[in-house]
Amino acid sequence: MNLTLRVWRQAGPDAPGRFETYEATDVSEDASFLEMLDQVNEQLTDDGQEPIEFAHDCREGICGTCGLMINGQAHGPERATATCQLHMRKFADGDEIVIEPWRAAGFPIVKDLVVDRSAFDRIVEAGGYISVDTGSAPDGNLIPVPKEVADASMDAAACIACGACVAACPNGAAQLFTSAKMAHLNVLPQGQPERHERAVAMVDTMEQFFGSCTNMGECEAACPKGISIDFIAWMNKDYRKGKMKSRRSA
Amino acid sequence: MTLDSKIPDAPLETMWRDHKFSMKLVNPNNKRKFEVIVIGTGLAGASAAATMGELGYRVKVFTFHDSPRRAHSIAAQGGINAAKDYHGEGDSVYRLFYDTVKGGDYRSREANVYRLAEVSNNIIDQCVAQGVPFAREYGGFLDNRSFGGAQVRRTFYARGQTGQQLLLGAYQALARQVAAGTVELITKSEMLELVTVDGKASGVVVRDLVTGEITSHSAHAVVLATGGYANAFFLSTNAMASNVTAAWRAHRKGAMFANPCFTQIHPTAIPSSDEFQSKLTLMSESLRNDGRIWVPKDPDETRAAADIPEADRDYFLERKYPAFGNLVPRDVASRNAKEQIDAGKGVGPLKNGVYLDFAAAIERLGRDAVDDKYGNLFEMYERITGEDPFVTPMRIYPAPHYTMGGLWVDYHLQTTIPGLFAIGEANFSDHGANRLGASALMQGLADGYFILPYTIGDYLAPMLGQPKVDTTASEFVAAEQAVRDQNERFLRTNGTRSVDWYHRELGKIMWDHCGMARNRAGLEKALSEIPTLREEFWQNVRVPGSADTLNSSLEKAGRVADFFELSELMCRDALMREESCGGHFREESQTEEGEAKRDDDNFSFVAAWEWNGPGVEPTLHKEALEFKNVALTQRSYK
Repeated sequence: MNLTLRVWRQAGPDAPGRFETYEATDVSEDASFLEMLDQVNEQLTDDGQEPIEFAHDCREGICGTCGLMINGQAHGPERATATCQLHMRKFADGDEIVIEPWRAAGFPIVKDLVVDRSAFDRIVEAGGYISVDTGSAPDGNLIPVPKEVADASMDAAACIACGACVAACPNGAAQLFTSAKMAHLNVLPQGQPERHERAVAMVDTMEQFFGSCTNMGECEAACPKGISIDFIAWMNKDYRKGKMKSRRSA
Repeated sequence: MTLDSKIPDAPLETMWRDHKFSMKLVNPNNKRKFEVIVIGTGLAGASAAATMGELGYRVKVFTFHDSPRRAHSIAAQGGINAAKDYHGEGDSVYRLFYDTVKGGDYRSREANVYRLAEVSNNIIDQCVAQGVPFAREYGGFLDNRSFGGAQVRRTFYARGQTGQQLLLGAYQALARQVAAGTVELITKSEMLELVTVDGKASGVVVRDLVTGEITSHSAHAVVLATGGYANAFFLSTNAMASNVTAAWRAHRKGAMFANPCFTQIHPTAIPSSDEFQSKLTLMSESLRNDGRIWVPKDPDETRAAADIPEADRDYFLERKYPAFGNLVPRDVASRNAKEQIDAGKGVGPLKNGVYLDFAAAIERLGRDAVDDKYGNLFEMYERITGEDPFVTPMRIYPAPHYTMGGLWVDYHLQTTIPGLFAIGEANFSDHGANRLGASALMQGLADGYFILPYTIGDYLAPMLGQPKVDTTASEFVAAEQAVRDQNERFLRTNGTRSVDWYHRELGKIMWDHCGMARNRAGLEKALSEIPTLREEFWQNVRVPGSADTLNSSLEKAGRVADFFELSELMCRDALMREESCGGHFREESQTEEGEAKRDDDNFSFVAAWEWNGPGVEPTLHKEALEFKNVALTQRSYK
């Protein structure tokens, strides 16, 4: 198949950006979206031009490195699919495809289609862990966890931190990511001692980098792992309780 | 150069415990006087950095990813083994040890494997305490499944995303130390040189992948946790950026590289669909529990799979191995699939797969039951191939997956360069010629949480009061210059072919001649082709852009240059090893029935190679393997 690509090119964080048009010819419909870009890049290299920088790694939908706005949609048209798992058979011969980086103030552009998502790490560093030193843990079965609790924790922990939730949000908010990271630990018995302190620290850090949540639900629709916005409600509850607790002890 | 494995002279059962007592300690208040560099943030690197931070060492950890959580450990699906015996099936540390030595086809080190089995239980406890959401039974206790042919249920798992959850646990432990200030995390930075001063590892040179800035970092010790090198084959299940550069540059500085030809070939990947395919996707091996593997008997078969009558199908695994059938070990399944395809009986548009057919299972169990068991895998397959496995049989083909070779390390996980340690997939020690399912995650975390943080103290303790080497030392300056020179050379060459083109060509040579079936003629051919292609690469590669910005072509050029040198060593190692073992089938060494034939009299050793310079033959050193506890037996799956 043959496609026309309109691709965002930007030499660096402070450089002006612009759309460039490229023809992608002879693309196999079995190719993944990123393989299609590989092919375009090989052509650009052969023509003596700089290839398009885009972020990618495992290409199995789990590392969360990839992520493009494709025709205005985070990760493209297919539901619950990361860009690397999107295949060209979802497009038609002759299509024009607009490709942009994640668009959010919290994710500054590094180059072309690559953005800086390190604010996510700052949120985890603020409290997205359980404080246990190596070697001090009791036997695993001394902490029984009801199956439905373990399953709920896993539902939240499936987040791959790709940033699609932020990119899809009209406010550039990171509530879905933060709430998933928090719920993963906060629902578990192991997470209880630091539960409310964690909620406050993570939310307060999140707000330094990202916009506000107005319950649009775009994040859930864009999430390649189908993470539920129910976790945001959970987070808000834990945050409120945490704020109350810290006020009482102050 | 002598190889001193430092295996304590003690019975296996008490060896590690006694050895921990005999190792020198660093007083808790003195730990902060030592700086340690960790390269890589996968299971091994993140867990090691976090644990050393907790202990009080000052740690600098580097990753070329934008976040530690993206390391390729995240992609592991199946599970992690431990000898908990939670089901009263008679599992034990000794049994896990025994299975692992046997599964490695007697080419791993007993002492290391025993210790691995011993600490496996602590890993599960640690991960549970961290909040890893392992699967649970309704009573709230940990669930297990059996995996990779094990006869007891000892595999702990978190849906099909075990690697992801274990890595998140280690990443969160690391994040806690970053917040506490004991660990400095440096992302988007690639180690390009190891710096040795007076023969000791003293630091590294890294390139900031965003700004291109080249900087030196010194420390009292350096830990490489940089994963495996299966991407030498170009098409593998590894993430695109997985590479050998850190380990290879260390090898060039004197660290020996052990058993480089030991690659695990996984039998159930989706075959490639075209020339431009970038990597292969693994399908869970659990599919072989219910899928039947077959090819048409006639190489010129043109009918659709469903229209081919039973009489015209060859269920080759069931035919050749009636006892194990479709569940023969990975290497046997892989080799037999390749044999069928090489005989022209492959299926699919490129005739590069064999069928994995669920029709019988659907008839026996019903569509819903099959959907329950494998639905998510079927969906993934359909997404990639556009074919529905409920209607058309899946197509599978083997793919390089995990590398058992790596930097040679002693019992302390120290390489032949004092002060340089290698952990996880980057070292060679625990998996022998063939890795068992669910054992790789175990090794990464065992090394990182429970072994290295303690053995490194024995190295550091006598260095108390010694300052680290200053980065203005001539060795650092020279290493930085070497990095700059290489980058400039790539950018100046301005040839006619892309880095990827050379990588693909190299991969083809490696797959054809150094894959799961090898012979002398093929390996010699590869050893003549690789240097020629390598020369052409240096003369004719085209790397656009500049060195002072994000430039993935430049990054790849350095990695492919190292893959060229490593590939040559892999072929040399395979040529030297004139026996079949594990997944490595030397065609000259087979039984009358055509099965792999190990040669314990002549090859019961670790092959550790010493670098002698570019294009110069490396020197082979042998570490004899002694099996005092496990009797060597020939595997048979008939």
